[in-house]
Amino acid sequence: MERDFEILDHTADVGIIAYGADISRAFANAARALFSLITELDDVEEILHRDIELTAPDEESLLVAWLNQLIYLFDTENIIFKRFDVTRLNNTQLKARSYGEKVYSSKHRLKTGVKAATYHMLKVDKDNGCRVQVLFDI
Amino acid sequence: MPAPWQEILKKIDNYRWEIPQSYKPGMAVPGLIFASESMLSHIWEEQVFQQVANVAFLPGIVDHSLAMPDIHWGYGFPIGGVAATRVRDGVVSPGGVGFDINCGVRLLRTNLTEAEVRPRIEEVIADLFINIPSGLGSTGKIRVSEKELDEVLVKGSRWAVEKGYGKVEDIVVTEETGCMKGANPGKVSSKAKKRGIPQLGTLGSGNHFLEIELIDEIYDREAATAMGIANVGQVLVLIHTGSRGFGHQVCSDYVALLGGVARKYGINLPDRQLACAPVQSPEGQDYLTAMACAANYAWANRQCITHWVRDSFVKVFGRSQRELGLEQVYDVAHNIAKIEEHTVDGKKLTVCVHRKGATRAFPPGHPDIPDVYRGIGQPVLIPGDMGRCSYIALGTELAMKESFGSTCHGAGRLQSRAAAKRSLRGVDVARTLTERGITVKTGSMGSLAEEASEAYKDVNEVVDVTHKAGISRKVIRAVPIGVIKG
Repeated sequence: MERDFEILDHTADVGIIAYGADISRAFANAARALFSLITELDDVEEILHRDIELTAPDEESLLVAWLNQLIYLFDTENIIFKRFDVTRLNNTQLKARSYGEKVYSSKHRLKTGVKAATYHMLKVDKDNGCRVQVLFDI
Repeated sequence: MPAPWQEILKKIDNYRWEIPQSYKPGMAVPGLIFASESMLSHIWEEQVFQQVANVAFLPGIVDHSLAMPDIHWGYGFPIGGVAATRVRDGVVSPGGVGFDINCGVRLLRTNLTEAEVRPRIEEVIADLFINIPSGLGSTGKIRVSEKELDEVLVKGSRWAVEKGYGKVEDIVVTEETGCMKGANPGKVSSKAKKRGIPQLGTLGSGNHFLEIELIDEIYDREAATAMGIANVGQVLVLIHTGSRGFGHQVCSDYVALLGGVARKYGINLPDRQLACAPVQSPEGQDYLTAMACAANYAWANRQCITHWVRDSFVKVFGRSQRELGLEQVYDVAHNIAKIEEHTVDGKKLTVCVHRKGATRAFPPGHPDIPDVYRGIGQPVLIPGDMGRCSYIALGTELAMKESFGSTCHGAGRLQSRAAAKRSLRGVDVARTLTERGITVKTGSMGSLAEEASEAYKDVNEVVDVTHKAGISRKVIRAVPIGVIKG
């Protein structure tokens, strides 16, 4: 089975590479990779959802904006997401519904805080399926 | 066989290595790394030279793209990087400050001795752990409205003191007196404010900590006395935190905004995370005013935590603050951009100094340092990792000449977080620390492994380089006996 994502070693921070048959899948897997850094996704249930609509100047910026929006929701609403339906994605627009639940300290073991997604080493590669790479500041 | 870096770096002396401007076409100035020869192979492996060279592309950069000996791979800017750009026609880069705007360190001294504190260290750490919210997802005990948050953003430490957290004397011995001018909350997104409101008065997670330390060595007794420090064995408290989610959001917002206007200003950079805009442009000015808000948030944050540290000590030791001598020594920013006057090529120049994982180190007599330290120079607080030691140093004249009044900020990471976690378990790290007489309390064992000594460079070596190079001089070394890790 093909992997959905992998974690990259970086001295100060952590990067991820996410894969997908198309760019929507790769963006969804990048989001899964992000929340897998924060907690064990197996412990998370799909109890609520949030809709996200974003615009950005290009696909790479859109990826950063998407992940930063999810970090923002985690920080302000304490929601851990585990499943992502990216329903529209073109060069400058993204529309998605994300499913997850609020953090419960008795249920979820929080691992790593993520401050932001950065533009450093940022890649969106669409040859032979899709592969995206992001470095997080943690 | 010569080491690979020998073909690139020009040795100036034992502690200075130049990256020639010809290394990468597009560099506006050469790079300069402060390091010992033994540190260079690691710096090479990380390819952090590339990042020092990339920073040299910033329009308006003057003198050198600088790297302190604790340099390691960052995103865009290296961590441990210093860059000064002309205010007249140069740029400001949010990436040159980082996400944790005004992540910094505050040092408190006490009159307590090892003999008094060691027997009660578990009790002290336990009380501090309850009193000071820490860890991922923690929220503060302080409740502010959005309107009141705006006051925090404008007033910084002063807001906290007016609310009863700490005292005016603390403000006097804080960089910028805990309040950066020019802060305009109108230039901060409502998203940043929403992230900032619940996190005010929290330590956070990651590399943030609160540490109780013992003075281990005094190198300059006169300077130590000026800081109210008299004896080996005297107890200190070190607080390391920043602007929390508020600063992260300000940085994210402005990296995106400035990345979008690069073309308008004809800026072309080798790394998108170096996004920047002319200091004088509306976007550049907006970033600086929003950054000042985040810097002030961080100072208010450390000011509130200072108050709770005093609370806990008073409670555990049953003595008044005055008897305990719980006074602030100094508070410095490690991630910040400042408009400063420096002499470049013999001429006075107004520059925007980006310090990304670096500490201001102004010399004796500088007007921006408090009267009480005017004679000795600005205190520089350099935390090491939680198993080794920390230093208090002082700024020097040479730092003004060579590093825009800057020096190192800590040990600098050696190992990635993932590598540290693979090789170490949090419980083992805690046990090793306990065996060495260090009491640790943490909300996350994983985070403890990530922050283990093995993951960091030896701070002794880092501080030695800055001392011998002359960009700061060491005064005091302290070792931890109790640590709270967020």
